[in-house]
Amino acid sequence: MPIEIPKDKWTGSIRAVTIGATSAEGGTRAKSITVGGQTSMPYLHYEAPMPNKPVIAIEIKSRKPDDWSPLLADAWGEAMADPAQWAKKAEEAGADLIVVALTLADSPEDAVRVIKSVLSGTGLPLIVWGPGQAEKDNELLVPISEATKGEKIVLGICEDKNYRTIVATAMANGHLVQARTPMDVNLSKQLNILISDMGMSKDRILMDPTTGALGYGIEYGYSVMERLRLAALQGDAMTQLPMIVTPGFEAWKTKESKVGEGVPEGWGDWKARAINWETLTAIALVESGADVVVLRHPESVKRVKSAIEELVAV
Amino acid sequence: MALSGIQIYKMLPQTNCKECGFPTCLAFAMKLAAKQVELSACPYVSDESKKQLAESAAPPIRLVTLKASSEIKAGNEVVMFRHEKTFYNKPGLFIRVKASDPDLAKKVATADAYKVNYVGMDFTIDGFAVEADGELAAAIKTIRTVSKRPLILMTKDTTLLDSALSLLAGESALIYAAESSDYEPLADLAKKHKAALAVKADSLDTLADLTQKIQAKGLEDMVLDLGGKNMSEWLARSTQVRKLAIKSNLRALGYPVIAFPCDAKDEGIAAAQAIAKYAGFVVLSEFKPELLYPLLVLRENIYTDPQKPIQVQPGIYEINSPKPDSAVLVTTNFSITYFSVANEVEGSGLPAWLVVTDAEGMSVLTAWAAGKFDAERIAKSIKSFDVASKVSRKRIVLPGHVAVLSGELEEELPDWEIRVGPREAVDLPAFMKQALN
Ligand code: B12
Ligand code: SF4
Repeated sequence: MPIEIPKDKWTGSIRAVTIGATSAEGGTRAKSITVGGQTSMPYLHYEAPMPNKPVIAIEIKSRKPDDWSPLLADAWGEAMADPAQWAKKAEEAGADLIVVALTLADSPEDAVRVIKSVLSGTGLPLIVWGPGQAEKDNELLVPISEATKGEKIVLGICEDKNYRTIVATAMANGHLVQARTPMDVNLSKQLNILISDMGMSKDRILMDPTTGALGYGIEYGYSVMERLRLAALQGDAMTQLPMIVTPGFEAWKTKESKVGEGVPEGWGDWKARAINWETLTAIALVESGADVVVLRHPESVKRVKSAIEELVAV
Repeated sequence: MALSGIQIYKMLPQTNCKECGFPTCLAFAMKLAAKQVELSACPYVSDESKKQLAESAAPPIRLVTLKASSEIKAGNEVVMFRHEKTFYNKPGLFIRVKASDPDLAKKVATADAYKVNYVGMDFTIDGFAVEADGELAAAIKTIRTVSKRPLILMTKDTTLLDSALSLLAGESALIYAAESSDYEPLADLAKKHKAALAVKADSLDTLADLTQKIQAKGLEDMVLDLGGKNMSEWLARSTQVRKLAIKSNLRALGYPVIAFPCDAKDEGIAAAQAIAKYAGFVVLSEFKPELLYPLLVLRENIYTDPQKPIQVQPGIYEINSPKPDSAVLVTTNFSITYFSVANEVEGSGLPAWLVVTDAEGMSVLTAWAAGKFDAERIAKSIKSFDVASKVSRKRIVLPGHVAVLSGELEEELPDWEIRVGPREAVDLPAFMKQALN
């Protein structure tokens, strides 16, 4: 019985966005990374080829974090105290990109120094996050943006209350931005509109729909991503951007990952469970359309990377 | 495919005799289309129409139930994406065992006894997939001494199956698996023992042929093994089968799917994909709680109706028999939030009153951002639950994430002391010991 496979014919496509610049492109990166470009729902190769595969970023901090799980401290060891070393180890662990998360304790001079040292420690393109307080974000991101002109770094995180300064400096210095909204299709569109209305090219925006960890709200993020991707394929220009998600940050906040003792026996071995928590959160998001996945543990990186290879294989 | 009211109307007698209790055949047809009445209410429908209507009412993906003392259902799904409506039947998680394993009883007993709590719900595994590499009937006897959960029997050997299935009278097991070359005796056996039959083929074309041939023999309960050499091929096939069933109404592939992450390169990842992308039954290699628990939680998340957050009843909850001078903690009525806090406090052995406000089922920060967890609402809860009559020490602890509310709350509740707790519930016991004396 010959079966005709039903195929969706979409009119829209996701924009291809390039992060990082090589010396030929005006930066210093060993290579740049392009994400997006899809014209079908994730990995349905029988409908359309997938031009760019999802990539993995590893999150490092500008100074040694004291509230990270000991399992992460075991994995990264001494390197955690030196961002350049840490970035190098992350590159060896298979990262395609490095996220450097700054902290409230950083001064603008510290922050610029850290980013420069990371740029010399690794050839990978960077994403730089402020500490998450509007004023401080602006205070740190502007000098970094200026000091790294042309590197095509992703600056973040832009939210509806704080995006103008970050977008303006990114535009002036040839960078990109990460636009975050709390799990809502319309809010995503709105922020993308606000940012592009400032004159930012849509080829320089990564959309961050916000995600929750497994067991802590992932179902909302999962569905919002599917809806954003469907809207984009149906032709809604303001959702046609690649998506960046942060399962590492979310999963390592949960008790399931953080705590080894005094937890229910049914949770099983701590380390394996914690890594499963991060990995499975990430896989669910990869299945729902993530283009950049930010992780923390090298073992999760290895596993998610290998899954992506299988998913993009035709 | 569901018929519209007009399509149904064309199949009715159109005499408007009113015996069904409706003024016209059309009115009755509309109710039928909305599934609010039974066709049997009209005494005059022709047999031909009855047959057509029954077919159109059948779900696009057949509901297959595996049953022993407990049961697990798969199928009956109606959408491609969970936000379109919801996914209904959570895929059953089965643990694979070998009939010849000398530790069979122990392994099955351990997995069978597994129970883990997630936000007030107890999760367990759903059954066992028994590989018949030895005496199957003997293994079934052993298993039935320690577990009463549904079984999947993995062999093509009809003699072994016949004796094993005879031991499972009254149950619905799943036979794995029939292929084009050998389906006949397996289908006969499945019919004889009221078992379901898994079918396997290299392409969807062959698979559809196979299910039709088996259906012609009178067996309805089938489960599809889609094969696939890697995650992308499995995902493509699973998506195609789901779409063909619910969008093209292709009955030949309208059956639940079984997945074998146990054979994949990364079992956890393959299982997660199977759960998210349409599997009805998932077979795991062994009992590993560190993987089982995240998979059970993922399954719950994917199969939770996205339109309805799981909630607990607002009110004042007593944890560890609190006394009048015990701590008063405030939180919201989102299930995950409530249980994060309640489990933490309960585990610490410290007594507390937990005031659960009506925040329309939202987490602390979501509710705060949405204006459903503010000083006014908290004060209202404290008053309406009459917390003051239960405690001698008027002191409330707020979640650390909403520290900003403390000023306003002091104004709303002038005779109460307002304290700000830690941000995460994990840190509550330490806070209660150190800071609350
Ligand atoms: C899932 C989610 C949603 C879901 C709702 C889920 C639900 N039923 O609540 C949806 C998608 C519907 C949603 C909607 C919105 N959301 Co929302 N959402 C989230 C998300 C991803 C996870 C929330 C969650 O479930 N956390 C898990 C629970 C267990 O956490 P919790 O309740 O805080 O409890 C912990 C602690 O607070 C503590 N605790 C709890 N009680 C107590 C008590 C005491 C005494 C103590 C000491 C501790 C304590 O213990 C728990 C475990 O540690 C967060 C971001 C994130 N990753 O955290 C955003 C987030 C909460 N949402 C946010 C926003 C803004 C919104 C919206 C207003 C967006 C909008 N404008 O539409 C809407 C509001 C809803 C509405 N208008 O109807 C913001 C809030 C920002 C802020 N700081 O104000 C967040 C932080 C995202 C962000 N970064 O922007 N959201
Ligand atoms: S009983 Fe049947 S024929 Fe009579 S009105 Fe109802 S639907 Fe029409």
